[in-house]
Amino acid sequence: MSVDIDTVKRVAKLARLAVTDERAERMQGELNAILGFVEQLNEVDVDGVEPMTSVVEMEMRKRADVVTDGNKAAEIVSNAPASEDNFFMVPKVIE
Amino acid sequence: MTLIDTRTPDPKRFIAGTTDDWEIIIGLEVHAQVTSKSKLFSGASTEFGAEPNANVSLVDAAMPGMLPVINEECVAQAVRTGLGLNAQINLRSVFDRKNYFYPDLPQGYQISQFKDPIVGEGIVTVSVGPDKQGNFEDIEIGVERLHLEQDAGKSMHDQHPTMSFVDLNRTGVALMEIVSKPDLRSADEAKAYITKLRTILRYLGTCDGNMDEGSMRADVNVSVRKPGGDFGTRCEIKNVNSIRFIGQAIESEARRQIAILEDGGTIDQETRLFDPAKGETRSMRSKEDAHDYRYFPDPDLLPLEFSQAYVDQLKSDLPELPDAKRSRFIGEGLSAYDASILVSEKAIADFFEQVAEGRDSKTAANWVINNLLGKLNETSQEIEDTPVSPDQVGGIIDLIKEGTISGKIAKDLFDIIWEEGGDPAEIVESRGMKQVTDTGAIEAAVDEVIAANPDKAEQAKEKPNLAGWFVGQVMKASGGKANPQAVQELVKQKLGIE
Repeated sequence: MSVDIDTVKRVAKLARLAVTDERAERMQGELNAILGFVEQLNEVDVDGVEPMTSVVEMEMRKRADVVTDGNKAAEIVSNAPASEDNFFMVPKVIE
Repeated sequence: MTLIDTRTPDPKRFIAGTTDDWEIIIGLEVHAQVTSKSKLFSGASTEFGAEPNANVSLVDAAMPGMLPVINEECVAQAVRTGLGLNAQINLRSVFDRKNYFYPDLPQGYQISQFKDPIVGEGIVTVSVGPDKQGNFEDIEIGVERLHLEQDAGKSMHDQHPTMSFVDLNRTGVALMEIVSKPDLRSADEAKAYITKLRTILRYLGTCDGNMDEGSMRADVNVSVRKPGGDFGTRCEIKNVNSIRFIGQAIESEARRQIAILEDGGTIDQETRLFDPAKGETRSMRSKEDAHDYRYFPDPDLLPLEFSQAYVDQLKSDLPELPDAKRSRFIGEGLSAYDASILVSEKAIADFFEQVAEGRDSKTAANWVINNLLGKLNETSQEIEDTPVSPDQVGGIIDLIKEGTISGKIAKDLFDIIWEEGGDPAEIVESRGMKQVTDTGAIEAAVDEVIAANPDKAEQAKEKPNLAGWFVGQVMKASGGKANPQAVQELVKQKLGIE
C-alpha cells in the first residue's frame, strides 16, 4: 500500500496541518516508507495469536465515582490567548 | 452494518404524497447523559449550571501529559442500561479516538467506542396508540448497540461580534449513545420509542432524562421509500432536544424528501438541523471530510474488561422495570390502559402502590389517575410536587368505603387537602362533611321533594327514568351529603317504582 500526494494533503488537512507542496512530497516519501514497513510486518503469520494491547498483563485501572478535581477555572483558561469571565474565547465558529 | 427490515409494511402507517403512498424509515441515535457524580475519565464534577469552566480538570482541558482514568460507576451504569434494554453485554470492549477539530473538544478527538462497544443488540418493546378504535399496538424496536463516550463542551456565539465563548464544564461527561435499528416507521412510533427509552433509563437511574438540560438528545435518521421497496438515501437530523421536536422534524423531513423524489429528483445524504421556529429542517454544512473520523484504539486506555459475575451482580440489583411492573398491575386487576399510565413514571407507580396497599387496586388506580394526575396536569405540576400524599389519598378512599362520605364529597375533600393539607378524617369531622345515612332524615327530604313536584311524581309512575331527577334534587338539597344509594331506594319506594 502506498499513498499519493492528494491523500497526504487530505490527511494533513484533516489534522489541521499546513503543508507546502514541497513538504507534502517529502512526507509522501516518509509515509510510504512507514507503510512499507507495516506491510512487511503483515507478512508474519499471526493465525491464532491474540492481539496484544499491552506489554504487561494488566487490567485497566478504574476510579471510584467521586469529585476530586475542578474549581480552578482561572488556571484552566490561563494559557488561552483570549478569555473573558473564565470562558475561552475563540474566533467565531458558526456559519 | 447490514440493514435488515424487520417490519411488515402496513398501509395504516403510509403517508400520501401527490402521486404515491410512501413509507418513512427512521432510526434514532439517542445520547443519554450517564448519571454520575464525576466525569467519565476525570474527577471533575458533572453538576449542571456551574460557573464557566468550574467543573474542568486538566484532563478535560486536554493539557499535555494528562491521562484518562475510567470512572467505574459509569461502566456499571452502561451495563445496567444494557440489561434494561434486554441487550447483549460485552465483557470486553475497547475505547477508540474519534478525530475531529472543534473548539468545544480540546483533545482534538472524542474518546468513544467504535468497533467493540460495551453493549450489543437489544430490544425495546414500545406501545403505540391509541388508534381510532382505542387500541394500542405493541411493537419491538431493535437496539443496534450502546457505547460509552465523552460529551463535548458548550459554545456560545451571541456574546461577542467576532468571537465564540467556550465553556468546558460538559466536556468529558459520560454519555451513552444508544443506536436503534431502522425499525421505526412513523413519527408517532419514534416518539413512543424515545419516551419508552427515557422511562426505562429513569427507572434504572442511569440517566435523569432531563431534556431541557440536554441530558437526552437524539440524532434522527430519516429516509422514505415506496412501501416494501429498498431503503432510500437517508438524512441525519442532528441534536434534536425534545420529543415533540423529534416528531415534527420527522414529519417535515419526510415531506421534503417525498416532494423531491416525486419531482424526479434524488436525495443527497447529508446532515441537517431542525429549526423549531420554522418547523422545518435545513442543510447544516457541507461536510466533505466530516465523516472521516479516522478512528483508532486509544493508546491511553486498556480494553475495558469485566466478568460475567460482575454483570450478574448488577442484574440482581436492578429495580423492577416498567414492562414487568405493568404486567404485574394488570395481573392485580388493572386495565392495560390504567397500568400503562401508572408505570409511565416510577414516582407515579410508587405513589399508586402506596395508595393501593391494603385497598382495592382498581379504586386506588382511579383516584391516582383521575384525581391526582388530573389535578397535577391542570396545575402543570409533576408528581414530585404533589401536595397530597399517598396516605391522604388512601384516607379519602377509606372514608368512602366506610360510607362516611359520598364520592362527590370525596372530590371536595381532595380539593381541600390539595389546598390546605390535613388529615382526611379530621377534616370530614370538623367541617360536617359526613354522609347522611339516617333514613329518617333522608325520607323527610324525599317526601319534601315529591310534595313540591306532584306532576313529576305522577309522570314518574309511567316513566321510571324520572326517578333520577328526584335523586338529584334530594342530593342537592342535602348538599351532597346524603347517601346516594339510600336516596335511590327511598325515591323508588316512595314513587312506587320497582
